[in-house]
Amino acid sequence: MSNAVATPAAEGGKLEFLVKGDHHPAQGTLLGFWIYLMSDCLIFASLFATYGVLSMNFAGGPSGADLFDLELVALNTAFLLISSITYGFAVLKMQQNSVRGTMGWLAVTGVFGLCFLGVELYEFYHMIHIGAGPQRSGFLSAFFTLVGTHGLHVTFGCIWLVTLLLQLRKHGLIQENKRRVYCLSMFWHFLDVIWIGVFTYVYLMGSMV
Amino acid sequence: MSSAVQTYSDTTSAVFGRLTWDSFPFHDPIILGTFAVVALGGLALVAALTRYKVWGYLWTEWFTSIDHKRIGVMYMILGIIMLLRGFADAIMMRLHQAMAFGDATGYLPPHHYDQIFTAHGVIMIFFVAMPFVVGLMNYIVPLQIGARDVAFPFLNNFSFWMTASGAILIMLSLFVGEFAKSGWLAYPPLTGILQSPGVGVDYYIWSLQIAGVGTLLSGVNFVVTIVKMRAPGMTMMKMPVFTWTALCTNILIVAAFPILTAVLALLSLDRYMDFNFFTNDLGGNAMMYVNLIWIWGHPEVYILILPIFGVFSEIVSTYSGKRLFGYSSMVYATVVITVLSYLVWLHHFFTMGSGATVNSFFGITTMIISIPTGAKIFNWLFTMYRGRIQFEVPMLWTVGFMVTFVIGGMTGVLLAVPPADFVLHNSLFLIAHFHNVIIGGVVFGVFAAITYWYPKVTGYKLDPFWGKCSFWFWLIGFYAAFMPLYVLGLMGVTRRMSHFEDMSLQIWFQVAAVGAFLIGLGILCFLIQLYVSFKKRESLRDESGDPWNGRTLEWSTTSPPPQYNFAFTPQVHENDAWWQMKQQGFQPPKEGFLPIHMPKNTAAGMVLAGLATVFGFAMIWYVWWLAAASFGALILGAIIHTFNYKRDYYIPAEDVATVENQRGEVLA
Repeated sequence: MSNAVATPAAEGGKLEFLVKGDHHPAQGTLLGFWIYLMSDCLIFASLFATYGVLSMNFAGGPSGADLFDLELVALNTAFLLISSITYGFAVLKMQQNSVRGTMGWLAVTGVFGLCFLGVELYEFYHMIHIGAGPQRSGFLSAFFTLVGTHGLHVTFGCIWLVTLLLQLRKHGLIQENKRRVYCLSMFWHFLDVIWIGVFTYVYLMGSMV
Repeated sequence: MSSAVQTYSDTTSAVFGRLTWDSFPFHDPIILGTFAVVALGGLALVAALTRYKVWGYLWTEWFTSIDHKRIGVMYMILGIIMLLRGFADAIMMRLHQAMAFGDATGYLPPHHYDQIFTAHGVIMIFFVAMPFVVGLMNYIVPLQIGARDVAFPFLNNFSFWMTASGAILIMLSLFVGEFAKSGWLAYPPLTGILQSPGVGVDYYIWSLQIAGVGTLLSGVNFVVTIVKMRAPGMTMMKMPVFTWTALCTNILIVAAFPILTAVLALLSLDRYMDFNFFTNDLGGNAMMYVNLIWIWGHPEVYILILPIFGVFSEIVSTYSGKRLFGYSSMVYATVVITVLSYLVWLHHFFTMGSGATVNSFFGITTMIISIPTGAKIFNWLFTMYRGRIQFEVPMLWTVGFMVTFVIGGMTGVLLAVPPADFVLHNSLFLIAHFHNVIIGGVVFGVFAAITYWYPKVTGYKLDPFWGKCSFWFWLIGFYAAFMPLYVLGLMGVTRRMSHFEDMSLQIWFQVAAVGAFLIGLGILCFLIQLYVSFKKRESLRDESGDPWNGRTLEWSTTSPPPQYNFAFTPQVHENDAWWQMKQQGFQPPKEGFLPIHMPKNTAAGMVLAGLATVFGFAMIWYVWWLAAASFGALILGAIIHTFNYKRDYYIPAEDVATVENQRGEVLA
């Protein structure tokens, strides 16, 4: 600071250059998690684009119209959408500071998530069984990868949900746990939004081929 | 297990996968020699560390540290180590190409040469340039915005170790197995399992996937840090330019790296499970890979250069003793480049055959990028105009950059013209162009930044004599090494050749080899500079914390800054906050300190990244049980970590007072 140049005092007296007292910057976890989700969204964007490019490359194999069972998909969609509503109830209970209510609705959400995964695994198993596995054609590679990546996310969400239930039982609705409930909430709803894209673009449009 | 994989790996065993004694290079004297040298060096280092009992210190103060300054320094050290590796590859290639003419075959067999040019590109981009840039942002950004750390300090440590994990895997490929022979972006179908059945491409995939996770998380971390943790009063348009460029770069990281993750995952599925994304038959489409990887790849070059533009802005303004000319235009130029960097990817493959309309769109967007970049050059020039310029070493790098980068930029605009690109595509002209902008831009900028901020990090300046030697060797070496490549490219010589018939070309390659040798001297001078400066640290010491009469907040702390950076959060009023504080005769307070809330160190990041390394290695070698076990341990470890709620502590006010009052004595 030996080089500091003296100048006439600023107009209106001296400026304050330090924040006296405690200064806590804003908590950034929710923003950070949201940005992470946006980057995840770009992974899905890449997979959607890949599916878009390969969706007609049947290589003499079956098409979506041959394979998709729309009633099963409708059931699965219902499972996932309902699980988003029940997660919403869990957050409402959390805002009322009810640990039991929160944990109960989270558990219900998890059950719907597992139902969704069960149906999806059945669908995959069935397709592989009849010779329409991901190795069969570019279309099926893209289909299994896009839908499977979504399924992996739901699986991860379920693991997280169980972890969160244990943490809620141990520590209750402390600040950290509330933050985690909100983060998982964003994650869960995000997967719903992705599923809307999968449901319409892959299954509905695929069935019309 | 897929049929294609099985045909290759008949010898796959349940315990060791496809890892056998033949995987180790006992038959190759060059690699064995390298391995012996590295192993002996490593042993000597371990012995020295044990002898001087610094393991405990390294562990508690560095490896497990979540202090952004320590992590920043570790990134820089990683970058320097990998620079030596990447440069060793470079000099081997230059030497080989200078020799391999006519009857002479050079000293490298083609399969080895191919691994070297692939490793050179991958290492220089992912494990030299990226660690340097991320390291600089780590160290400087929180200090510039008046914060005590980044938004997610643990994540920051984890990111570093994931990057290091990728670097470890790529170094392992030198001694265990082989590396990819495919060029640095690993285009299929060459990198498919049929054409590349070995472990090389798998090393490529897993080292980039693991390091990519680290980079992505680091990007999220810095966006939140810059958005949420700026000192009061520091509005967006009062942020230092380096912080602005760091923000844009991290937004680019968050928006580009997921695409790399996705495309490498697709390639893995093709290779490991016989999917048909990029295969020649069954409906695959290899051109999709090229598109996807460049949608990541083009923003990537701006991820590297934008923070460097920020570095030069800080340096020009400091050493000209003036505020930066055209601050807002600098910010807008950065933002425009950020957006445009997503609209140009196709210029990397005009020859693919997308048609005249598509090619002209991407040609024009590419040329448009030169406008904001040109604006920046003029801003730096006008900052210097009528300034009291001090030609310290960072300023030399800056001037060298401006001249060199403009040449590289102009050859870039030339390549952006699709008809010209049809002639120059994949020629040495292209190689000269991108080395022109990456060396002339990123590398010069990193050396400028190291010299500029070194006294902040260590408390003493770098010795200017060896700095100048390093600069001149690098500058002259660069021109000697790459101007011949422009000439050769115009004559039609393509890249990645390991042998030439036309003897008349040899002289150009020999000149280029001399250039590479000069660059080597530049690197050597840099290392000598570090050593000499350490020896002479008492005479080079800077007590003030502000050796260059700086303008931004990092210069308001002591050198090195205390662990908590700022005893009191600064209150910002205008651009160049520290300059204004000095103008107003600011004095650091001597009392009234409060306890400071800080995060605790943790080994979790290193443990998790270590498991990721094991997982990557197991996947590369088809050791399925180990892959499953390490992946399970990785998930379990991450979950266990979330059960740790006691992650912070308070530094007592008395300790803060002690540290700050020592500083007062120094300044008095």
